[in-house]
Amino acid sequence: MTALRQAAEVVDPVPGAGAPHLPQQPDLIQLLTPEGERVEHPDYSLDISDDELRGLYRDLALVRRWDVEATALQRQGELGIWASLLGQEAAQVGAGRALRADDMAFPTYREHGVAWTRGVDPLQVMGLFRGVDNGGWDPAALGFNLYTIVIGAQCLHATGYAMGVQRDGAESAVLAFLGDGATSQGEVNEAMIFAASFAAPVVFFCQNNQYAISVPIERQARVPLFKRAAGFGFPGVRVDGNDVLAVLAVTRAALQAAREGQGPTFIEAFTYRMGAHTTSDDPTRYRLASELEEWKLRDPIARLKAHLSRSGIADAAFFDSVDAEGDELAARIRQGTVEMPDPEPTEMFDHVFAEQTPELAAQRAEFVEYHASFEGEK
Amino acid sequence: MTTSATLRQFKLPDVGEGLTEGEILQWLVAVGDTVTVNQPLCEVETAKAAVELPSPYAGTVTELLFEAGTMVDVGTPIITIDTSGGSVPAAAAAPPDAAQDAEPAAGLIGGPAPGGRTSVLVGYGPRNTEARRRPRRAEAPAEPEPMATRADHPPLLITAPDAETKPVRHGGLEVGRQAEAHALRGDAAPADGAPHGRGRLRPLAKPPVRKYAKDLGVDLSALTGSGPGGVITRADVDAAASGSASDLALRGTVGTGSPSPAGGEQRIPIRGVRKHTAAAMVASAFTAPHVTEFLTIDVTRMMKLRARLAARPELAGMKISPLLFVAKALLLAARRHPMVNSSWDEAAQEIVVKDYVNLGIAAATPRGLVVPNVKDAGRMSLAELAGALAQLTETARAGKTAPEDMAGGTITITNVGVFGVDTGTPILNPGESAILAFGAIREMPWVHKGKIRPRQVTQLALSFDHRIIDGELGSRFLADIGALLSDPGSALAF
Repeated sequence: MTALRQAAEVVDPVPGAGAPHLPQQPDLIQLLTPEGERVEHPDYSLDISDDELRGLYRDLALVRRWDVEATALQRQGELGIWASLLGQEAAQVGAGRALRADDMAFPTYREHGVAWTRGVDPLQVMGLFRGVDNGGWDPAALGFNLYTIVIGAQCLHATGYAMGVQRDGAESAVLAFLGDGATSQGEVNEAMIFAASFAAPVVFFCQNNQYAISVPIERQARVPLFKRAAGFGFPGVRVDGNDVLAVLAVTRAALQAAREGQGPTFIEAFTYRMGAHTTSDDPTRYRLASELEEWKLRDPIARLKAHLSRSGIADAAFFDSVDAEGDELAARIRQGTVEMPDPEPTEMFDHVFAEQTPELAAQRAEFVEYHASFEGEK
Repeated sequence: MTTSATLRQFKLPDVGEGLTEGEILQWLVAVGDTVTVNQPLCEVETAKAAVELPSPYAGTVTELLFEAGTMVDVGTPIITIDTSGGSVPAAAAAPPDAAQDAEPAAGLIGGPAPGGRTSVLVGYGPRNTEARRRPRRAEAPAEPEPMATRADHPPLLITAPDAETKPVRHGGLEVGRQAEAHALRGDAAPADGAPHGRGRLRPLAKPPVRKYAKDLGVDLSALTGSGPGGVITRADVDAAASGSASDLALRGTVGTGSPSPAGGEQRIPIRGVRKHTAAAMVASAFTAPHVTEFLTIDVTRMMKLRARLAARPELAGMKISPLLFVAKALLLAARRHPMVNSSWDEAAQEIVVKDYVNLGIAAATPRGLVVPNVKDAGRMSLAELAGALAQLTETARAGKTAPEDMAGGTITITNVGVFGVDTGTPILNPGESAILAFGAIREMPWVHKGKIRPRQVTQLALSFDHRIIDGELGSRFLADIGALLSDPGSALAF
């Protein structure tokens, strides 16, 4: 009996590739059903005003509109690549809005929704994907680190930062973002071990979007991801990543626990990447249309819209105004991106150190000379 | 409509990372259609994915520049749109959106699109049908040979050779569809039998020089670099572009100045086909079936003689090198076996036996390998030969070997010993029938007069053209050289 239960638990297939049945998922924290019905959870309550609810909807809609425009701009040759967040808006906006101003977030390269909530200008993110800079925002001022392309590396940065916060005696928390694929990375596991050992005020926020590029989650995790946290010695929870309210409530609680010295928490935001891994990817080669159809029914924006409409918190005029604002945002992003000037090649030497070193100055001079050799006689 | 046309062209973008081309699968708009920003214009398949391209302009389609089914290079205009009458606001939200939908759950993403696909906002989405491979374009074979049978033409990348799947590549090297098709066809080797393109080293040149060469249409692989380590410089490219280096490339080297006719030969510059010519030269080296034989000899006596000779007044100031002895021994042995000093005339179906020996010496120079020769070395005294070798070496090291110094060789010595190696299997200098490799001289345990003694030992390797020279002749020739070097006194018998 016990053995049978354990076996069943171990091979518990994480839904994704097959037929996912979200409502039947054990331990899935939900405050808003896919149908837009507000439900309560015994451990996570959320006291939220109508204004805040409308604000969350606006965040979700604008972030998606931005993402749509960025994907189009890549297809028009204006961006080198784009990593779409389509379908993961609620996980990102919910987590981002759970942060306090003095908290610090460490993103991957897909956290456009979090960037939005931290006040990063979308054009600064676009500059990164256009290849004109490495992300021009001020991480310290915004509490949002630069994008990390290396899979999982930001978890070490976040843990180190959190240990610093601890030593400063500050009362802020750190939110480390990662994907399901990153959980297989060594540095992520190292970061979790350190975080646990030092009870660092860091929350690991894993967006399980079911695919590590093309590898489905069940290929790399034989247990639900949130259960891994127990092995490191801190709590793990699985939240409906397409439920912005649940994500907000769970992340808030985890960050507060971190601030209070209770150590790290692992949050598995169970969601789905509706688009491609990046614009260089073709998901039709490794997943079926039927799977996407299932997830469309759990669209994060649709359920909040249904809730707002049904409960009378927002009317058609509100939704129209958000749409109009989205188009304005898209137009601004389009124009700003297309008109973005190419940087001077020597700019890459300018921000390596606060003060230029002689070695770097020599390299810069050499580089200038090298570039000059492309034209005219040597 | 009296407004003047403002025509904008949309160039095929690189929709992946580092793609070079894409195939237009189908047009989703026609000439005369009004399009909005981000409205899908066409479906394009690249080596990575099939994607829809959204319009960057609002306006009227005036021209489709390629038909569906055409492979187009990235950066080529594919459609012309007249934006003058465009009343459509820029950045209108083209993709289907749930906003206006009464049933949010159903409307956010979805809606039928051509090709059995589902619109996923912008771009492409999963098919409603099972994944199926698109037919390849007509040029590619319908049934590519299995990879395993084409070991001689390995693919650039391990791409999917079977009909059911296509490669999914994320990041890393992307060689594009043409290269893939190329690999699948297995036709990478040029038809003229030149060596396989991938087997050759990429010529060394800095990026600015590469670009310069590309701009001038100069093929770097046909050049020999004069820079440090054989790097091709801007000056080399200039020389090649002006044509002065073209016929020099034929002999695998770069000389200074323009070549002049030598020895009554007519030199016809071959322009524009340097690559083929150079490749053909390499191929010709493989036309002659090579045999290589080896001989290890005790040269202690030769080294002792060398010390005595150096003290003689007529050789004072001369460099009496081991190479000089090897050269002399080869000349003496060649006199006894004239057939080794010959060439194969395929056209005339004749073997040309020469009564003169132009002795080639393979020399490593800063500009690479050159093989100048000592003209009529067979008639030279030891002192003359020493002088000629010294001069030849000095000229080669200075990089001043003239083309005529490299022409007309009849037999060659390659002194691999100077690099500290024991032996090798030398490849014939084209047009010659034999080449001798001379290894390092080492103090080795050797049975001398019945006892193991430390002796100075070296190895000889002789490669010869088996069409002309049989094993017997080659063996006798090599044995004679060995005998002369291990017992220099036996030269009196020659």
